[in-house]
Amino acid sequence: MTPFAFTAIVLGISYAAGLLGSLVGVGGGIIVVPALTLLMGVSIKKAIAASIISVIATSSGAAASYVSEGIANMRLGMVLEVGTVAGALCGAYLAEFVSGRWLFLTFSVVLAYTAWSMLRPRGHRIDPARDAMADRLGLHSSYFDRSLGREVSYRVSRTGLGLAVSYVAGVSSGLLGIGGGVLKIPVMNVAMGIPIKACTATSNFMIGVTAAASAAVYLMRGEVLPFVAAPVAVGVLLGARLGARLLGGMRGQAIRLIFVAVLAASALQMLLKGLG
Amino acid sequence: MTPSPGRKVGRIEDAISGVLRTGVSTSLVLISAGTLITFVRGGYGGRGPEVARLIGPGGSFPRTASWFFGGLLHLDGQAVIVAGLLLLVVTPVTRVAVSLVAFAAERDRTYVSITALVLLLLLLSFALGNAG
Repeated sequence: MTPFAFTAIVLGISYAAGLLGSLVGVGGGIIVVPALTLLMGVSIKKAIAASIISVIATSSGAAASYVSEGIANMRLGMVLEVGTVAGALCGAYLAEFVSGRWLFLTFSVVLAYTAWSMLRPRGHRIDPARDAMADRLGLHSSYFDRSLGREVSYRVSRTGLGLAVSYVAGVSSGLLGIGGGVLKIPVMNVAMGIPIKACTATSNFMIGVTAAASAAVYLMRGEVLPFVAAPVAVGVLLGARLGARLLGGMRGQAIRLIFVAVLAASALQMLLKGLG
Repeated sequence: MTPSPGRKVGRIEDAISGVLRTGVSTSLVLISAGTLITFVRGGYGGRGPEVARLIGPGGSFPRTASWFFGGLLHLDGQAVIVAGLLLLVVTPVTRVAVSLVAFAAERDRTYVSITALVLLLLLLSFALGNAG
């Protein structure tokens, strides 16, 4: 394969990853890392480093649209970012000491669990609890849903749980080069009582900041190779732009199903990689 | 809800959206231009073994400040790409800084503290990356 062919193929894969990633609120890293390692033969550390850069691109590109459309809950995002950024710091630091095999196995389990939790019908959402922290921080919000044609308002509960999960999502972001949306979104939706569109938008809003913390570490360590990171970043950026335009008009259920399919495929990929 | 805070929130959202759009678009241009320059100058070479070397586990990218700024002066494709990657990393940090200013203008002390904490953690991560 010539360097030009490599660049063109990686650009195409990344475009697809960015499109799907922005639709479901993951950074695209979940697709980019297996594609780069399994299909293109990139070493795992370089793939993770390129991916974390692309995660910033997806998140920031899509977040710009969500923020101006008012779907992202910026206060909630700011609060939970305390958890994700602290986690990303720890994760990027840990990355040097943990073996890739264990990371693949652990996250295969995490992804499979997440897919299962998202498949549960909406009626099974945990009853909202009174949350003094959410009241005090003014986290309750609303947004205009284009596909429903009306304002959707919601109350936030279990902010403490959300912060804890955000920390774990941050660690996984720093370790694996993924956005961490797969871990945050189910908890924000099922336990915190936030509608799926607001979850996706707010998660994307947070992921850029989370990924910036770990990307800086990878960049300074010399793990980010321009030859790999450039087509990944450009492809993901362009795909994410299209995704952000489509999201506002799509129904929540469709996004959910695509999300579950992505999770299941990623879980299998990571399991095989960990066992192999 | 009174109209005044609503307008303020709208301004913050516009500013944040603007920072994200500008940062992302500019880095997109830099990374694309750097890739084009590298290919036009034949910087990656043209054979299979070259690709294997470029994506292998051993490769560590030159990252000294003198290489970077020297490369930019000579319009080196790789240095231009790195400039785009750096801008991409800095963009969300700038977004947090803009939020901090916006919350300060609203005299929202709770959120000024929360945002300042996030910004502090981010700067710490950049410092830790530098140390490692």
